[in-house]
Amino acid sequence: MIDLVGYGAFFLTTALIFSLVTLGLNLQWGLTGLFNVGLAGFVAIGAYTSALLTTPDDPAGLGGLGLPILVGWLGAMLVGGVAAALTGIATLRLRSDYLAITTFGVAVVVQLVALNAQKLTGGPFGIGFIPRPFGGLAETPLLFNLSNLAIVSAVTLAAYLALEHLTRSPWGRVLKALREDERAAISLGKSARFYRVQAFAVGGAIMALAGALQAHFIGFIAPDNYLSILTFQVWVMLIVGGSGSNAGAIAGSVLVWAIWAGSGTLTSVLFAPEQQARAASLQIVAIGVMLCVILLVRPNGLFGERPRRARFGKLTKSTASESGS
Amino acid sequence: MSLQFVVDGLLTGSMIGLGAIGVTLTYSILRFSNFAHGDFMAWGTYATLTVVGAIAAMFGKVAPIAPLSFGWPLIVALVVGAAFTALLALLLDKVLFSRLRKQEQAIIAVMGSFGASMALRSLLEFIFTSRPTYFSRAIQIAMPVGFGIRITPDQIALLILTAALVLAVHLLTTRTQTGRSMQAMSQNPALARIAGIDVASVVRVTWVIGAALACVAGVMIGVLVQIRPLMGFDMLLPMFAAAILGGIGSIPGAVLGGLIIGLAEAGAVQLIGAEWRAAVSFIILMAVLIVRPIGLFGVRER
Repeated sequence: MIDLVGYGAFFLTTALIFSLVTLGLNLQWGLTGLFNVGLAGFVAIGAYTSALLTTPDDPAGLGGLGLPILVGWLGAMLVGGVAAALTGIATLRLRSDYLAITTFGVAVVVQLVALNAQKLTGGPFGIGFIPRPFGGLAETPLLFNLSNLAIVSAVTLAAYLALEHLTRSPWGRVLKALREDERAAISLGKSARFYRVQAFAVGGAIMALAGALQAHFIGFIAPDNYLSILTFQVWVMLIVGGSGSNAGAIAGSVLVWAIWAGSGTLTSVLFAPEQQARAASLQIVAIGVMLCVILLVRPNGLFGERPRRARFGKLTKSTASESGS
Repeated sequence: MSLQFVVDGLLTGSMIGLGAIGVTLTYSILRFSNFAHGDFMAWGTYATLTVVGAIAAMFGKVAPIAPLSFGWPLIVALVVGAAFTALLALLLDKVLFSRLRKQEQAIIAVMGSFGASMALRSLLEFIFTSRPTYFSRAIQIAMPVGFGIRITPDQIALLILTAALVLAVHLLTTRTQTGRSMQAMSQNPALARIAGIDVASVVRVTWVIGAALACVAGVMIGVLVQIRPLMGFDMLLPMFAAAILGGIGSIPGAVLGGLIIGLAEAGAVQLIGAEWRAAVSFIILMAVLIVRPIGLFGVRER
C-alpha cells in the first residue's frame, strides 16, 4: 500500500514535469502557432544549466558553482529563454517550416555539445550529484517522493496560472490576434515578429525550467535523456490534450505518460529481458501511429475545440509579403 | 592538411545531395518539409539488404565484379529496393500525407511526418535490431591518385552513379512534360490545376523520384559506411541544410548544397575532430537563414 502511494507520487511527479514541458509547447504552438521539433534541446539546456550552477565544485570539470537550487532554476529559465529567443530571431521572419528545421538542428547541436564538451557536461556519462530538494528525506522514500510531488505540483500550478493569466492579458490577445488574422493585427501596429519571439522565448524558458526540475528530482542527467523521443512524447501529449488549452496540455501529459509507463511495464512483464529493447521500439511505433491517427481523425486533440485558427495558407502569404517588403 | 578530405567530402556530399533532392521536391511541390525522408533512406537500404540476402539464398555466393566489393546481386537489389521505397512513399502518401495536406494548416503534415518518422524508424529497430550491419565485410585497398589522395574502386563507381542520377533527374525535370508540370505545380498550384495539369500524377512522380534517390543514397552509405536504423535520421539535418542552401525547389542547388556541406564536414573532421561533424550543417543552415534565406538558386516565394 505504502509502495503504491510512493509509486503514485513518483509517477505523478514525472507526469507533471512533462506537463510543464507541454505547457511551454502549448504557448509556442497552441497559442502562437510556432512549430518546435527540438524541444528536447531546450529541456536539456535547462537541465544542464541548473546542474552546472548547483553541483558542488568539481576539480575535473568547469561547472560546479554550488549555488542554491532556486538560483539554478532561475538560471535555467534565463538561459533557455535566451536560447529560444535567439532561435526565434533568426528564423521567425521566414516560412514556418524553417523554424521547424532550425529547432530540429538546435536539438542536434545541444545533444552534440552534451556528448562532446566533456569538461562542461561530463560527456556521455553526464553529471551526477545534482542536489535534490529535501535530499535529507531520501532515507524515507515515501516522504521524499511526496515532498517532491508537492514542489513539482506547486511549480506546475504556478506556471498554469501564469499562462492562463497571460493568455487573457492584452499580450495573449495580441498573440491570438496574430494567429487568427495576422494582417489585421499588423495593421493595428503590432509587430508580428517581436511578439512571436517573446512567446517562443517564454515557452523555451518554461521547457528549460522543466528540465531543471527533472534534473534535481532524479539527481543525475545524461545526454540520453534528451533524444528526439522526448520531443515526440511531448508533442503526442499536447495533441492528445488538444493544443490551445492549458488544462488540456496537463491532462494530455498525465494520460499519455500513464499509457507510456503502463505499456512499458506491460512489455517488461510480457517479454524476456533480451527481447525488451525490441519490444520498447514497438511501443514507440504504437505511439507514432497513435499520433498520426489523432492528426487524421481529430487534429485538435481529444479534448480540443474546433479550429479557431487562421488558415495556414493565409499566414504564409502574409509572412512572405512582410519579409519581402 | 591532406587533400584526402576532398574525396571524403565529395562522397558524403553525394549522399546528402541525393537525399536533398527528395527533400527539396517534397517541399516545393507538396509544400511541407518531410521529416520522414531520412527514414525512407533507411528503409530502402534495409530492403536492398534483404533482397541481397534473398539472392544469395537462391543463387549461392556470387563473385563480386572485378575491382568492386559487390557483384550483380547488389545492383539488382538496389533497383528492387528503390522500387520498394517508392511504393512505401506512395503508400504513406495515400494513408497519411495526402489527407494531412488537405487540412487547413500545412504544418500538420510536418507533424504527421515527424510521427511517421518515429514509427518507421522504431519499426526498423524492431525488425532488424539496432545493431549495425554491412553489405560486405571485405576491405578494399585504396589506390593513390596523386596529391596524397587515395580512393577505392567502390568510391569511384558510386561517384559516377551519383553524377549519372543527378543528370538524369535534371533532364527529367527540365526537358520532359512531366518535369514542366512539376515546375508549374511548385510555382503556382492553383494555376497549374486550372491549366489542366494532372496533379495526382505530379504528386506520384515527386514521391517516386524522392524515395528512389533516398534509397540509392542509403545504399551508398551502406556500402561505404554501415547500415543502422538511425542512418537516415542522422542525415536529416544535413539534407535539410543542403536543400535550403541550394534554394528550395532547385535540384542542382540541392546537389551543390549537399557537396558544399559534405566538403565542409570532411574539412571539419580533419581540423576539429569527427565528433563535431554534425554541427557543421547547423552552422551552415543558420548562416544561410540569416544571410540569404532563399538559398543559392532559390526564387522568392510568390
